[in-house]
Amino acid sequence: MTKNVLASFSVGFIFSLGLAISGMTHPEKVIGFLNILKNWDPSLIFVMGAAIPIHILAYQYIKNKSHPLFDSKWHYPTSKVITKNLVIGSLIFGMGWGIAGLCPGPALASVTSGSVEMYVFIGFMTLGMYIEKSVSQFLK
Amino acid sequence: MSESIINALLGGSIIGVSVSLMLILNGRVTGIAGIYSQWLQWPKGDTFWRFAFILGLVLGGYVASLFIPNTFGPMVTDLPWVMIAGLLVGFGTALGSGCTSGHGVCGLSRFSIRSLVATLSFMGSGFLVASLIQLVKGV
Repeated sequence: MTKNVLASFSVGFIFSLGLAISGMTHPEKVIGFLNILKNWDPSLIFVMGAAIPIHILAYQYIKNKSHPLFDSKWHYPTSKVITKNLVIGSLIFGMGWGIAGLCPGPALASVTSGSVEMYVFIGFMTLGMYIEKSVSQFLK
Repeated sequence: MSESIINALLGGSIIGVSVSLMLILNGRVTGIAGIYSQWLQWPKGDTFWRFAFILGLVLGGYVASLFIPNTFGPMVTDLPWVMIAGLLVGFGTALGSGCTSGHGVCGLSRFSIRSLVATLSFMGSGFLVASLIQLVKGV
C-alpha cells in the first residue's frame, strides 16, 4: 500500500517535469501544433514520438511477469470494444483541446501557476466530468 | 524549431519513463483524466494512490517552474471560451474514457485499437477546431 502510493506520487512528479520540458504546459504551443493554417509547429508530435517507443518496451518487459512489483495483479484496461461513447467522447474532448490548448495533465500540472483562468478551466473540466458521470448514471 | 524538437523529445522521453514506472511498479495505466475523475468519486473505491499521483503532478509542475522560465503559458482565449473548453475536455474525456496520456501514450503503446480510434478522434477534432478558429480569425 505505502510503496504503491509513493510510486504513484513519484510518477506524477516525473510525468509533470516531462510535460513542462516538452512544452505541453504552453497552451500557445499546443495551439501552434493543432492549428495547421498559420506558422504550423509540428514539433509536439515528438512528445508522443519519444514516449511511445519507451512505453512499448515496458509492455514487452512485463509480458511474461505475473504481477507488477508493488501489486498482486495488473490493472491496465483490456477492453477491445469500440463504442459510440468512445468516439463521441474523444471528438468532444478534442474540440475543447483545440479551443484552449489544454488537456487534463497540463492543466493539473499548472495548478501552482496562480492563474485564475487556469482554475476556471480546471473547475469547468471537473464539472464536465461530474455531468458525464451523472448523466451516464441516470441513463443506466 | 530544432530546440522545440529537442525539448519535445526530452520531455516525451521523461513521460515515457514515468508511465513505464507506473506500469512496472503499480501495474496501472497513467491516464490523467481517469486518475483525476475517479479520485473525485471519493469516498468510493481506491482513492489514495490517485490523490498521491495528482499531488506529484502539481508539485512537479511547481518544481519545473523554478527551473524553466515561463513554464506556464498564458491562456489563448477569453474566459467564456475557457469555460466551454473546460466543460468539453471534462465531459469528453469522461465519456471517451481517456485523454492524451491514457489513450494517446499508454493505449497506443499497448497497440490498443480502441485507443487508436480515440486518439485519431481527439487529434482529428483538435486539428479541425484549432484550424477553424484560425479561419474565423482570418488566416
